[in-house]
Amino acid sequence: MRHNVSPFRKTLLYIFLFIGVIVSVFPFYWMFVGATNPSGEIFKVPPNFLPGDYGWENFKNLNENVGIVRVLGNSLFITLTFTVLSAIVCTAAGYAFAKFQFKGRNAIFFMLLVAIMIPYHVTLIPLFEIFSNVNWLNTFQAVILPQVAYPFAIFLMRQNMQAIPDSLLEAARVDGAGEFHIFFRIVLPVMRPALAAVAIFLFMFQWNNFIWPLVVLQSQDMYTLPVALSSLVGMSRIDYGQVMMGTTLSTLPIMIFFLLLQKQFISGILGGSVKE
Amino acid sequence: MTPKNVPYIFILPAVTFFLIFTVYPVISSLLLSFQKREGSEYVFAGLENYTRLFQDELFYKALGNTFLILIVQVPIQLFLAVVIAVALNSQLVKMKSFFRIAFFMPAITALVASSIIFMIMLDENYGLVNYLLSFVGIDPIAWLSDPFWAKVALMAAITWRWTGYNMVIFLAGLQNIPGSLYEAAEMDGAGKLRQFFYITVPQLKPIFLFTFVLSTIGTLQLFDEPYILTEGGPNNSTLTITLYLYQNGFRYFDFGYASAIAYVLVLIIGVLSWAQMKWAGEDK
Repeated sequence: MRHNVSPFRKTLLYIFLFIGVIVSVFPFYWMFVGATNPSGEIFKVPPNFLPGDYGWENFKNLNENVGIVRVLGNSLFITLTFTVLSAIVCTAAGYAFAKFQFKGRNAIFFMLLVAIMIPYHVTLIPLFEIFSNVNWLNTFQAVILPQVAYPFAIFLMRQNMQAIPDSLLEAARVDGAGEFHIFFRIVLPVMRPALAAVAIFLFMFQWNNFIWPLVVLQSQDMYTLPVALSSLVGMSRIDYGQVMMGTTLSTLPIMIFFLLLQKQFISGILGGSVKE
Repeated sequence: MTPKNVPYIFILPAVTFFLIFTVYPVISSLLLSFQKREGSEYVFAGLENYTRLFQDELFYKALGNTFLILIVQVPIQLFLAVVIAVALNSQLVKMKSFFRIAFFMPAITALVASSIIFMIMLDENYGLVNYLLSFVGIDPIAWLSDPFWAKVALMAAITWRWTGYNMVIFLAGLQNIPGSLYEAAEMDGAGKLRQFFYITVPQLKPIFLFTFVLSTIGTLQLFDEPYILTEGGPNNSTLTITLYLYQNGFRYFDFGYASAIAYVLVLIIGVLSWAQMKWAGEDK
């Protein structure tokens, strides 16, 4: 192979990549600058590019305005409950699809695949009616329940489960292990990496979920972060310092999460689309 | 527990949730699309919602906007994603994981949050973008209040959010192309550009299809960004199908009409996905 690449081309490549990095990352920096400065600083000409020390004020104002502490708690509770519940339900289903022969298997699986294609928005109005009928509008369960059987997560778990050797399960059965014992003590531990990837995917989906919570949550004390943020920018006088603090709070946890677990993150999002 | 019902026990929770929260709503929505409200009751209205839809200029506008974004933004985004992926895959580049993390960062933020940041940076009078443009002698652009520029702004926000996401998918695909293919081409004297078009592009074809279908479905469902950035304005220039659906459903509470919009969306996605798959299959 030719290794004598001109330094010019190499430099060009790096310049291209660094411009891309700046475009990708700068908005986050700008958000941080806004969150730590008073509202007026964000729109100053020339702009102030340095973080300030007004972050705590913005946080306090934001909390007075939309009860951000409560909103953060709502988001965290909804997201964690959803992630755990959905991970269990989808993993169990994925296991059944991958490791058992049963009547109706292919038909049900085909339905799940079709569901991946159907826009979520089609279900909004009937879902709204369902929860309205049982008087569950403006509740956490209304936000959590609809997507628990997340077809894509089931699909992913099935793909991963297929790698478990049948002989392993058979051996356990011969030893007299019950089916639940096998699932919890043998299957789940082996599936840890896949489970982590799917859980991260589910977490991110729910943490960032917007349209359904927007529809079903009606009072400010029930809002999740994205809904609270959208209510902030809908106000007639917008305090941008507060808004930027709000976006920072919604981004920071997931960003830290991402930096710590970026391998699982990416494999969760690749979703078995590409075999690595 | 008998061996025969074991799989059913494992699958039961998922199927129950799926039937209640997906299958039932999907069917119910279809039925609703043939109904309209009279007083407090819903009555059968035949094709009325659909005939109304096909005479609704606003719906055509939403459809047109959505398709314009599809035709302009998706190719740009996928092209950029491939170029960055190929650049990052190059043996000349060090710090690969740093670049990968940086490019992927936009894909993890809430669409609501990233839309708000864009809204602030694109402010006509005091926004950072216009300030920077003033250095190269460009007059302030009315990013969010001019119908043309609002579309551009929306597309820019989407491109920013999804390019890195697609790049990662392409990168994984690139790493699966056997290096021996390039070595053989190299020996035959093929340059980098020829290698790109004769090896990389054909080998990536399934990935192209996958990202293309994904981006198409995503674009047709565009909601968060136009809702936050422009609320569909100015003059409905950024109204998308889903935003129109939302407005009819939850602003005017016209559930029948909104359901008809939803089903037209289902139909479009179905036809497009089918066409894309077929096109990919025949080409093999």
